[in-house]
Amino acid sequence: MENSRRGRRSEAEDRPRLKISIPAIFGLFLQIGATSFGGGVVAYLRNGLVKKKKWLDDTEFLELMSLSNTLPGLNATNMSILAGQRLRGWVGAVAAMLGMCLPSLVLMTAAGIAYGEGGDRPLVTAALRGVAAAATGLIAATWFQIGKKSVKGFYDGFFILAAILGINYFKLSVPVVLLSVGALSIFAFRPHKPGEHAKEDHAWIRSLQ
Amino acid sequence: MDQIPAIARVFAYLSLLTIGGGMAAFPEMKTLVIDVHHWLTYPQLIHIYSVGQMSPGPNMMMVATIGERVAGIPGALIAAIAFFVPTGILTLVVGGAWKRLENWPWRASIQKGLGPVAIGLAVAGLITFGKTAVTNWVTLGVGLLVFAASMRTRLNPALLILGGAVVGVFALR
Repeated sequence: MENSRRGRRSEAEDRPRLKISIPAIFGLFLQIGATSFGGGVVAYLRNGLVKKKKWLDDTEFLELMSLSNTLPGLNATNMSILAGQRLRGWVGAVAAMLGMCLPSLVLMTAAGIAYGEGGDRPLVTAALRGVAAAATGLIAATWFQIGKKSVKGFYDGFFILAAILGINYFKLSVPVVLLSVGALSIFAFRPHKPGEHAKEDHAWIRSLQ
Repeated sequence: MDQIPAIARVFAYLSLLTIGGGMAAFPEMKTLVIDVHHWLTYPQLIHIYSVGQMSPGPNMMMVATIGERVAGIPGALIAAIAFFVPTGILTLVVGGAWKRLENWPWRASIQKGLGPVAIGLAVAGLITFGKTAVTNWVTLGVGLLVFAASMRTRLNPALLILGGAVVGVFALR
């Protein structure tokens, strides 16, 4: 398993890669950045990068996802940077990031102006209360699905619970919980013997596809 | 305009807490935006955050909406730059080095260890969020319906959220 995965990875690297132009990178990410309504950007990215353009294969995509999840920052932007970097170095990363961000920057700035104009009208407030309730259900479903696929053993459940209690019951701040529970959790999943590393990608990476 | 440095500081700091997604940083965003800087009321923050879920692209671009409310278009630009550029540079730097760390045993430990913490922080953020977003039978009904629809159908989430707006107009005035 490990060998075959590594074999595929190097094959992907050795494959002569067409030099993809910077405007083409910007164009693809701009298109995704403008059309991925309702979140789930990672699915749009995989569809564009792996299925349609074949600029990356699935193994590379998953590898970038696993790193994207480990770093601070959103998957949408981290994946744009990592994929852009893989395709054309840091210039590619900047092009991908700009394409991904520009449409929503314009939209959400306009939303701020509109909110200032009419956000406190009773009808708008009523609609926004409905929007907030719906967003709660949507975000709950996203994390329920990720949680269902990634809770594999005692430690997974334990550290999820520890983080929740730390914030909502003990009223600790996010950085305190992130550093303390994060450090304990990494220690709990410490390597058992030298050289041992993950035999499978962590399930929650796949669950985001 | 005098708020611009504070906008830059707050959103650069918040971006570092978004392990696994924007929801992880929500409790800290509430503290800073509402309690410390009084930029918005709590319901306003909830509304703006929710509208941001409909946007294409990164769902945390709602930081630009907050920036616009505080300091106009320059505020929106500064908020977006502060929130997306520092973590972006970090990703770029680590992205280059990560491949070379493939056989470093702690690499897998970091990935496995941060997984449950990211989920826990997101759920904790959602609890903080939901306490204000879900306040009566109608909002509870909308939340549960959208939850069920997202679990069982492949409807576009933006449509589900728009559905919430329609219910709100008729039942939450």
